[in-house]
Amino acid sequence: MSEREVKIKVENLEMSYGSFVIQRDLNFEVYKGEVFIIMGGSGCGKSTLLRHLIGLKSPAKGNIYIRGKNLWKSNEAERAQIVRSVGVLFQSGALWSSMTLAENVAAPLKEYTNLNENQIDELVRLKLSLVGLAGFENFYPSEISGGMRKRAGLARAMSLDPDVLFFDEPSAGLDPLSSKRLDELILELRDSLNTTIVVVTHELQSIFEIADNSIFLDPQERTIIAKGNPKELAKNSNVKKVREFLNRGEI
Amino acid sequence: MEFKEPKAISRFQGDGECLIELSGDWLFSVRTIDSDPILSELKDKNINRIKFDPSSLGVWDSEILTFLTKIKSFADNKKIIFEDGSLPDGIRKLLKLSAAVPVVEEGEKHEIDMPILERIGTTTLKVKGSAQSMIQFVGEVTLSIGRFLRGKAMFQKSDLFLYTQQAGVQALPIVTLINLLIGLILAFVGAIQLQMFGAEIYVADLVAIGMVREMAAMMTAIIMAGRSGAAYAAQLGTMMVNEEIDALETFGINPIDFLVLPRILALASMVPLLSLYAGFIGILGGLLVSIFMLDISATQYMTETIAAITPVTFLLGLIKATIYGILVAFAGCYRGMQSGRSSAAVGASTTSAVVTAIVMIIVASAVTTIIFFVIGV
Repeated sequence: MSEREVKIKVENLEMSYGSFVIQRDLNFEVYKGEVFIIMGGSGCGKSTLLRHLIGLKSPAKGNIYIRGKNLWKSNEAERAQIVRSVGVLFQSGALWSSMTLAENVAAPLKEYTNLNENQIDELVRLKLSLVGLAGFENFYPSEISGGMRKRAGLARAMSLDPDVLFFDEPSAGLDPLSSKRLDELILELRDSLNTTIVVVTHELQSIFEIADNSIFLDPQERTIIAKGNPKELAKNSNVKKVREFLNRGEI
Repeated sequence: MEFKEPKAISRFQGDGECLIELSGDWLFSVRTIDSDPILSELKDKNINRIKFDPSSLGVWDSEILTFLTKIKSFADNKKIIFEDGSLPDGIRKLLKLSAAVPVVEEGEKHEIDMPILERIGTTTLKVKGSAQSMIQFVGEVTLSIGRFLRGKAMFQKSDLFLYTQQAGVQALPIVTLINLLIGLILAFVGAIQLQMFGAEIYVADLVAIGMVREMAAMMTAIIMAGRSGAAYAAQLGTMMVNEEIDALETFGINPIDFLVLPRILALASMVPLLSLYAGFIGILGGLLVSIFMLDISATQYMTETIAAITPVTFLLGLIKATIYGILVAFAGCYRGMQSGRSSAAVGASTTSAVVTAIVMIIVASAVTTIIFFVIGV
């Protein structure tokens, strides 16, 4: 098998709030076209790790490489460029509330492409239809449900056709069916566009459904205590905590 | 329904055993029971085992649980055996549940009592930190204005239009009302004084200069601080809570350009215009007082007014209004962008935006007045 392309590489990362260290010695790689899960109990720093990966919080120590470029050793303009090339779906969708769904999806396209208005409109319609929101172009975020907001957030995250997508707790606050549909959408994106997908979650069902690879963060040890495919880990991990977590405490 | 009084009676038996009889209905909504007497009784006696007799216990809720957890923690501390075997199943299970996870030492928050010197030091460092962040914000906004002038700032023109409308046309009614009243007050107070010298006609000068040079700009700015400044802080604060500002950053869109710049441009352009209008309305207020109280004709009043206002007076008023407008927008946006990620934090940042804006307006007014005096205009 040929060497797989590394999309994200994290090296000796240490994260802290002030002098309080949350996680240290984080080392992992995310390969092209895989669904990578960052999991762990509440309060272990999953979301903080995500904020580091998408350039919102600078690490206390260590390096993060995205497509081989060092995210935090670059200057601000370079970093903005690296970050722009990845898509992020925030927990609540984080749609810009003063804009309609169409304007939300169109905003990045207007800023970073030279497309004319018609072309942008077509792209916006396409992205919204991919997440099942065709026809909702002129709705404001406050006029639609939480699940729809999340899907619209995904449409915006995909607006610039990023080859890496980050999801912050995608199934939080969704009913089982919507959450399953979102999982299917994630797999669809991986299979059809070969998108690399990083998901922060602790939702077991979707972890088993979509994961190719994962890391497990532990709040006590403050580092990664397991790596690998969650299905394997659930059966064969030599760390009891991880087996317990992945089997809902029933082992 | 009649409830029986809850009772706990301790009976000390030989060989260090204590039997606590629980009787009556233990409901905190009906009657609570004080656990101190029984605890002090237990403390005095030398016992090694606590048992319970719940045979005449009626209905119960959390009341009995708080009582029993106190006894249990006392027993655990003194290494006394706590026998709960005779208690109803429900109570035993809940007691077990409440003790399942031990109290997390780090989890409890302690208010640290700091010595006075340390407190002064901490406060000083905090002030230094907030001064730094404010200066940084000023710098970011300046850079952003620079990008705007070079046509490189990223923001939506429709936003600018919307904010301009909100801070302009939509503020007209309140600006009219307040400044009409200010004009009336100025004229009224002035008239009483000037009447003593028979110099009523100078009410026109007083109102004209007072309004155009100082009051119109200041009153308009204070109205805008409450109207737009507070709104900006609340909008940006909510966007912070909702991760919308994070979302902008992940698209490489500068939040200062996108959110702060149009708001500052809107207020910097609209406050001078509003204040021009406010000055006119204030003069109108003075005119009303003069006509109805002082028997000065409208023509006389207007002639005197026009003579009183020089182009320089106009210009000074406009300069002040522009400065105030920028300050109000700056305070609102700064507090909004500094907001914490909770609804309480948004409220606090809104309040602090208005206070900051008003303080800044008054200070700026004093400083500009002194500067204008020194350069002799």
